[in-house]
Amino acid sequence: MTTATTPPAVPDDEARRRPAAGTALLSAVGGQNLSLIGALAAVLTVFGLLNDHYLSLTNMQVIAEAATITGLLAVVQTVVIICGGLDISVGSQAGVASVVSAMAFTSTGSNAFAGMAAAVAVGLLVGVLNGAVIVYGRVNPTIATLAGLAAYKGLAQLLSDGRAQGYVLNDAVFVFLGRGRIAGLPVMVWILVAVALAVHVLLTRTDIGRNIYAVGGNDTAARLAGIDINKYLVSVYALIGAVAAVAGILLTARTGSGQPTSGSEGLELKAITAAALGGCALKGGKGTVGGTLLAVALLGALENGLTGQGINSFWQNVAQGALLVVAVVVQQRRTGERAVGLPA
Amino acid sequence: MSRARRATPHSRPPAGRPDPGAGARVEGLTKRFGAVQALSDVTLDLPGGRVTALMGENGAGKSTLLKILTGDHRPTGGRVLLDGRPVDLRSPADARAAGIRIIPQEPEIVPHVPVAENVYVGSLPRRAGRRLDRAELRRRIVADLDRLGFADVLEPDLLGSQLTAAQRQLVEIMRALTGGSAARVIAFDEPTSSLSEHEVDALFALIGRLREQGVAVVYVSHRMQEIFRLADRIAVLRDGALVGVRDAGTTTEHELVRLMVGRDLSTVFVRRPVVTDRVVLDVRGLTTDRVRGIDLRVHAGEVVGLAGLIGAGRSELALALAGDLPVRSGSVTLDGKPLPSGRPGAVIRAGLGLAPEERKAQALFLHRTVRDNISVAVLERLRRFRFVRRAAERDLAQEYTDRLRVRTPSVEHEVRKLSGGNQQKVVLARWLARRPKVLILDEPTRGIDVGAKAEIYRIVADLAEQGVALLVISSELPELLGLADRIVVLQNGRTTGELSRAEATEEAVLALAMAEDISTSDPGASS
Repeated sequence: MTTATTPPAVPDDEARRRPAAGTALLSAVGGQNLSLIGALAAVLTVFGLLNDHYLSLTNMQVIAEAATITGLLAVVQTVVIICGGLDISVGSQAGVASVVSAMAFTSTGSNAFAGMAAAVAVGLLVGVLNGAVIVYGRVNPTIATLAGLAAYKGLAQLLSDGRAQGYVLNDAVFVFLGRGRIAGLPVMVWILVAVALAVHVLLTRTDIGRNIYAVGGNDTAARLAGIDINKYLVSVYALIGAVAAVAGILLTARTGSGQPTSGSEGLELKAITAAALGGCALKGGKGTVGGTLLAVALLGALENGLTGQGINSFWQNVAQGALLVVAVVVQQRRTGERAVGLPA
Repeated sequence: MSRARRATPHSRPPAGRPDPGAGARVEGLTKRFGAVQALSDVTLDLPGGRVTALMGENGAGKSTLLKILTGDHRPTGGRVLLDGRPVDLRSPADARAAGIRIIPQEPEIVPHVPVAENVYVGSLPRRAGRRLDRAELRRRIVADLDRLGFADVLEPDLLGSQLTAAQRQLVEIMRALTGGSAARVIAFDEPTSSLSEHEVDALFALIGRLREQGVAVVYVSHRMQEIFRLADRIAVLRDGALVGVRDAGTTTEHELVRLMVGRDLSTVFVRRPVVTDRVVLDVRGLTTDRVRGIDLRVHAGEVVGLAGLIGAGRSELALALAGDLPVRSGSVTLDGKPLPSGRPGAVIRAGLGLAPEERKAQALFLHRTVRDNISVAVLERLRRFRFVRRAAERDLAQEYTDRLRVRTPSVEHEVRKLSGGNQQKVVLARWLARRPKVLILDEPTRGIDVGAKAEIYRIVADLAEQGVALLVISSELPELLGLADRIVVLQNGRTTGELSRAEATEEAVLALAMAEDISTSDPGASS
């Protein structure tokens, strides 16, 4: 080449220097996560002082067990939010799966694996349906899954005639899932740990995860970089369906029968609150499994503590709604977006 | 260059020129964002009754300086003085109260309400109750239009959506000049980028009047001709530091460029042709919703320029080739094999890349790192099973940021924190890493500074020498004439002609771009 240009100035070393060690540590853990850890420590301290029993190993296990189903749904909610979507039908999906798992179990002559397989298959189907309605029907994710919230709840009630279905605690597999322990920890918690770890690795270490962040961060740029964004969106909703089915199966195992609504209603609120509190940007492109899990732990510890203090669950609902709004307000203030009209 | 210093007779300084000692001054202004020193120890007078132009490459610190003046950023060190007294600018409201205004690059206009309500939005006159006082509104807008000399260019009843780009800017200017305290300092941030020549004249006349009124005008622009036409003084920033203030009457374009880039730079770009006769991209009769019957061939090592007015269909053609817009008819082959259509991923795998027109909206993941932004299109080469090999990824990002001289603290830096030129280099790095056979660059140097432009020309030349077939879309004709071996001109969705390097002049290209109805033949028949 023959330009009349002399080589440009070498970039100054000052600008290339890596950030200091303290900054590096902060960025590794993340400011958001540090505040969550602080909040969790504060909650544990306050309730620990109020109630001797609160910090006992037994109560910690109770908290962990109670948070497992929320945790599963929050982890997959994180994925769909990173991808730029939202799923408010997760609770209803878990309800359908719970009913299906118990009914399939009963009708196959107490075959636990048939029950679980049927639940996961239905979950996948429901998830793909959600994704297809959103991507190909061009329905806004909030509206599409709001419809799903109602429709899947109705479906669960229709299938079960509105009653708890079957009895599964005569089966060793379900008993193991609901009551078993490995190395002192409930099996349910191990399942959450396994799913969370798998999703974390998926998001951070694989090209699939990178592409999920890309789709949520800028879908046009993702498309022009060659990412098949429709495939990603539908797959992410399918993943939600499958994991919601696992949550439904655990619900069955824990309560002993298939529950159309009890135990799964309102889980969408908890899952979305945890994801938002854990640092997911609701516009997509940002969020971590670690942050969400910390938020799940915080919410679980708070709920258990409040219940232990005899605080009315109606107040807990108010608190949870307030917490979701506060989490999003804090997040939006950080983006520096101007307060003009409807948020982007 | 010839020096038409004053825009119009309007702007000649009157006899009673205000005291030039009045105005604003920044002293030792410093701003750091994390590890990045955006502004270091800048001391600069912005005297009243003078137009001070602010020049510098993207990332030189112009925007940071403006944002400190308008209260959007707080300085890390130093202070701002107004008429010799320090002012504390904690927020945009403080700056406004102190009389400092900025005319943003992109005016914000409410589309469904008339000019008058757009101008006074937020402080509309009201009668008892909360009813709008239409009579008072009318009186005010007529009086203000008259006072500012906009009466014949801005009709108060026009709706926001009916305004031209220039009129929208006038609305912003009226907002700055009416209501609240009198404006003492007005900054224009690249105001002419969307204006026609006629509108530029009107804007310059207004700036001339502001100068007469003793306002300190700050004018940020990349355009030399405008700066020499308008400015009294020219302040040049480089890497956050003030490298010189020159009197517009005595400096030269050459000197300013040298100050900005810190080196001599020829404004003429000369590229050695390396065209081969191997056709890589062969487009025949391509028809989409926006373009009709496009025939186009690009050879290995060739740079084909795509010229045309805005709206001629150049970007749509690029997007259709990239698989992002549907193709109705016609054929496209790459290396003799049919190019898939409708799926960008398949097109990329076939060896065609597109760096689209809108960097931020169409190409970048602003909140992700430089590394992520570069590797996104090559992850399938960097993975083992489905796991990204992170060391290889980092090395790749490092290699290309070094090669393209991307100025970033590290490859782990978020891309939104880089300047426009460096962001564009990140987009190019993404495609270079992909090693495409055909690369389409849509407005590759839009909104970036001279230094970065020269570097991007060098990258294009390097790619051509490596045998890549390049299709470059640009609205800057000198750039296209310097880069392209051949220029294809589009008008209203059709090709209206093709010019070899020898034939191509600005006049010849423009004649084809604006030719009236040159072809009445059916779609697909023109060439």
